[in-house]
Amino acid sequence: MQLTLFWIFSLLMILFALGVVSLRSPISCALSLVGSFLALAALFVTLDAFFIGIIQVLVAAGAVMVLFLFIIMLLNLQAEERRPVKLSAMVGAGAIIFCFIKLLAEVIAASPLLSRPIPLLQETATNDIAMIGTTLFRSFNLPFQIIGVLLLVATVGVVLLSRRTLK
Amino acid sequence: MIVDRRKLNWTERLYFPAILQGLAITWKHFKKSLFGKGIITMQYPEEKWDARLPEWYRGAPTLVKDEHGRERCVSCQLCEFICPPRAITIQPMEISEGDPWRKVEKEPRIFDIDMARCIYCGLCEEVCPEQAIFLRKDYSVIGLDRSQMVHHKEKLYEMGGVMTGLVFKWNEKK
Amino acid sequence: MDASNVISQFFSPAAWTFLKAVAGWFMSPIGFLVWTTLVKSAVLLGIVLGLVSYTVYAERRVSALIQDRLGPNRVGWQGLLQPVADALKLLLKENFTPKSANYFYFRLAPKLVMVPPILVLAVIPVGSSLFGVPITIASLNTGALYVLAISSISVYGIVLAGWSSNSKYPFLGGIRSSSQMISYELSLALSLVPVFMLIGSLNLDTIVHYQVEHGWLVFPFWPKGMTFSALWHPAEALNAFRAGLSLKHFLYWIPLFISFLLFLISMFAETNRLPFDLPEAEQELIGGYHTEYSSMGFALFFLGEYTAMIAGASAIITLFLGGWSLPLIPDGSHGWGWGIVNIVTFFAKVVALLLFFIWVRWTLPRFRFDQLMKLGWYFFFELAIVNIFLAAAVLTYIH
Ligand code: SF4
Ligand code: SF4
Repeated sequence: MQLTLFWIFSLLMILFALGVVSLRSPISCALSLVGSFLALAALFVTLDAFFIGIIQVLVAAGAVMVLFLFIIMLLNLQAEERRPVKLSAMVGAGAIIFCFIKLLAEVIAASPLLSRPIPLLQETATNDIAMIGTTLFRSFNLPFQIIGVLLLVATVGVVLLSRRTLK
Repeated sequence: MIVDRRKLNWTERLYFPAILQGLAITWKHFKKSLFGKGIITMQYPEEKWDARLPEWYRGAPTLVKDEHGRERCVSCQLCEFICPPRAITIQPMEISEGDPWRKVEKEPRIFDIDMARCIYCGLCEEVCPEQAIFLRKDYSVIGLDRSQMVHHKEKLYEMGGVMTGLVFKWNEKK
Repeated sequence: MDASNVISQFFSPAAWTFLKAVAGWFMSPIGFLVWTTLVKSAVLLGIVLGLVSYTVYAERRVSALIQDRLGPNRVGWQGLLQPVADALKLLLKENFTPKSANYFYFRLAPKLVMVPPILVLAVIPVGSSLFGVPITIASLNTGALYVLAISSISVYGIVLAGWSSNSKYPFLGGIRSSSQMISYELSLALSLVPVFMLIGSLNLDTIVHYQVEHGWLVFPFWPKGMTFSALWHPAEALNAFRAGLSLKHFLYWIPLFISFLLFLISMFAETNRLPFDLPEAEQELIGGYHTEYSSMGFALFFLGEYTAMIAGASAIITLFLGGWSLPLIPDGSHGWGWGIVNIVTFFAKVVALLLFFIWVRWTLPRFRFDQLMKLGWYFFFELAIVNIFLAAAVLTYIH
């Protein structure tokens, strides 16, 4: 069951991801990205990580992509022209992709994490929100706070930069 | 004109009291109408305007005959020209020899008003030099397709009937 | 000879084993879960769709009564069959697509508006339990967040409709809708944080059970230990009331009540209801994003909007108004009669809240767009954040 769902949603995700790069109209690209996010969220849910899956929908699909769509619509971006495919570019891109996958495979194969079996979660520890909360605020409290401050600084910076100077 | 905006005090700026007041008003109306009181609309097919239509009501345009039973229209086509949506189509015809009203010269052979076009503006009535076309009190003009919405001459006279006591230029004595 | 032997005589042996296997699957844990869930979903969908069409009817009747009119009262007794007539009319109309519209997205958009609100209903506890089966279709640990997440997706349908119609007014409607939804989602989500802080769970079932025990979140006090028998003895009733009056409860009621107001108002904005219905604004945008739609496309927008209203009302009721609970009424574990009473209670509350939504719509004028954005960003957002700190302070003081 889990495996079937995994295949369905990962195939969907890859299809949508391909759509993002290959579709011509910007709106279609953005919507494919949304679809891909939703499939990703579904994958999280099949792993019982409800919180992450739902946050994925809420933040990435629900807020960020709506803004993207908003901007695409406001700028009235037109569909891209179809450009002739250059053979050299294709070959180069293929080589890079191949190298990257090879590298990834090597790293994963060499990683000690994968050689030993990952312990299963206890049945009692199903409340993933509480788990995330304790992990964030107990083990990673300082980095978490620092990231918070960083985001705040970034927000203030954006507000300052985008404010029109009144003379 | 510049309307002075009063400065709102803090209770007014909270909005909530005003919203509650508004809700109270609508609630009062709701309660009243729920028991059938204060309903101001007319229940159309059962109750109709007919009895209360004012004299100056502008319903469908019609043609009228005079007290001698003669068509008043002389086919001058002024109404056809003035009609904003061009609802009127007229084909004039000479009045035949021997007719007692030969002196009038013309009468309409075809007089069509397309009620799908008419906007009940009353310009035709206003412009007619013969006082032959009047907007009467018919407001419910029905047809199942476009052709049924065209009022032909007979229908127009039937709706208009006879109008007496109007200016009558074709009087023999004149 | 027992009953199953008697019945088995009517079937051939192969059919009998097959029947037994099917029955076994139905009673096995997973099979039981599957079919009860399917039944629950189907029944809920039926109830909600019926409710939607009668909400439209109620909107028309109530608005008429408020404006001293009568409203649709011809089809059936008091016009009660009007929704059927409307549906027939919409089905029979031509489903027209403008030439310059983007066909695929134009057709996709209405469906995207209709689906999310229905999905939201999956996590709402519309009742306690019936025959030992919990009524909630999916009792998620992240239920409240799920509601927010799914309702945030519903904006796509509106935006796409506005864009794909390729016409000015729908486009303005779509743009307005996306900016409005983003602004109000913030206060919608942040206003709930005090609730989570108090209850310590995002599970909607847990939230309702908390309210059954400690009183609905909108009330500053709660007569604890009140029973039917106590009602007949003034002294006992008074005691129960006195037991419910506590400073502690009153203190944490303050941030919760602010949360409730924020959530309610943001819900109006999120469901495009009247003081905030700028995306459709009949008078300025001629219906906004659904201007170009006809027939079933239009109907889906209409239904989607009202389903969203029902989903929003259900969320408000579950979070603040005690869900399916009513004081003195036990839950479904005391017999199936009570289980049904619980479900009826929930839907009665939904109907009451929907009537309130309608009442507000025909009372208030529409906001201007800049006022709307200002209210969202300068006031509600800040108030929600301050409210979180207030709740934190109160909770630390109490513990
Ligand atoms: S009432 Fe106006 S629109 Fe109608 S026929 Fe006369 S001139 Fe034309
Ligand atoms: S109805 Fe009057 S204006 Fe029209 S053609 Fe006849 S006489 Fe002329």
